[in-house]
Amino acid sequence: MSLLDYFRSSKSKTASVAKERLQILVAHERYYRNKPSYLPQLQEELLAVIRKYVNVEQDAISVKFEQDENQETLELNIVLPDAQGSKSAAEIAKSSL
Amino acid sequence: MARIIVVTSGKGGVGKTTTSAAIAMGLAKRGHKTVVIDFDVGLRNLDLIMGCERRVVYDFINVINGEANLNQALIRDKNCNLLYILPASQTRDKDALSLEGVGRVLEELSKDFKYIVCDSPAGIEKGANLAMYYADDAFVVTNPEVSSVRDSDRMLGILASKSRRAELGMEPIKEYLLLTRYDPDRVESGEMLSLDDVQEILSLHLLGIIPESKSVLNASNSGIPVILDEKSDAGQAYADVVARYLGEKRPHRFIESKKGFFRKLFGGK
Repeated sequence: MSLLDYFRSSKSKTASVAKERLQILVAHERYYRNKPSYLPQLQEELLAVIRKYVNVEQDAISVKFEQDENQETLELNIVLPDAQGSKSAAEIAKSSL
Repeated sequence: MARIIVVTSGKGGVGKTTTSAAIAMGLAKRGHKTVVIDFDVGLRNLDLIMGCERRVVYDFINVINGEANLNQALIRDKNCNLLYILPASQTRDKDALSLEGVGRVLEELSKDFKYIVCDSPAGIEKGANLAMYYADDAFVVTNPEVSSVRDSDRMLGILASKSRRAELGMEPIKEYLLLTRYDPDRVESGEMLSLDDVQEILSLHLLGIIPESKSVLNASNSGIPVILDEKSDAGQAYADVVARYLGEKRPHRFIESKKGFFRKLFGGK
C-alpha cells in the first residue's frame, strides 16, 4: 500500500472479503461433497412412507450423515405433528453403518 | 510407461491451453518425448496455440473411431521434434469420445511417449471427465479470483472420486497448483487474493506462479508456446514449473511486486 493510498481512501480491501467468502463457501461445498449421493432420495422416499401413516411436512424430516475415522453414522430425525396439542419429536433411528 | 498429466481447472479462460502448450513444450525441450492432446471436442484451440492449425488432417476422434491411425493424426511440432500434438475434432460433439476409446489411444501412446499431456476442456462434463480419468498427475490451473478458486476446489473433489485411480483404489492422482495471471502489485494493494490466501483454501503442492504477462497474448497471437519466449516473465515461470515437476528445486519467483520504493510510496501504476 502506498503512502498516498493511505490518505486517499479508507475503504476495505476486497481481497480479504473474497477470501472470507470463499472459505465459508468451500467449507460448505466440501461438507456436502463427502456425503453419499443417495441421501436426498433416501430422505424423499422416507418422507413418502411416513406420509402414508402420518401427515408430516416436507421439512419435518432430516437426514444427517456423519463420518469419522472408523465409522459412518446416519441419523434420521422426524418431527411428528402436534397430535394432542403437545409437540413430540421422535428419533426413530440412529444407527451405525 | 508414460506419465499422464491432466491440465484442468473447471473454470474456463484461466489458462489451461496456454499451460498445456507451455509444459508440453518444456518437457520435450528437456529431452522427454511428449504428446499433448486436445480434449475440447467441438472447440479445439490447442492447434492454434501450438501454431499447427493448418497441418491438422486427422484428429483424436478419427483415431478413436479407427478412421485414421495414430501416426496419421499426430502432428510433429515445428520447434521441437520430440513434441507431438493430437488435435481435437472441430466438427463432432463431445459424445464422440468414449471412456474405452480414450483408454485405448492413451495406452497406445504410452508405449512410445514419456509424457502425455491432456488439455481438458472447461466445465465438468464428459470431455473434462475423460481428460482427467486416466491421469497420474493433475495440474490445477487457478486464477487468484473467487470463481476460479471455487471451481478448482470442485475439480479436486472430482479428481479424488471419479478418476481411474480412485475407482481402482490405487494411489491417488498427484495434484499440483499453478497459480496463473498473478499480479503481485494488485495483491500488495489488497485487491487480489494472494498465494497464501489461495493456498489456505486449496493447500496443494505449488508448481509455480505465472505472472499476468503481455507475453502470453503475444505468444498465442503468433502460435508459439510462451515458454519459448525465454526473456519473458511468463516464459521463465513456465520453465521453472517444468523444472520443479521434474524434481529440481527452484525458489518461487514473481510473488513480490517489482515496483520501486518511490513508485510504491506514491502509488504509481
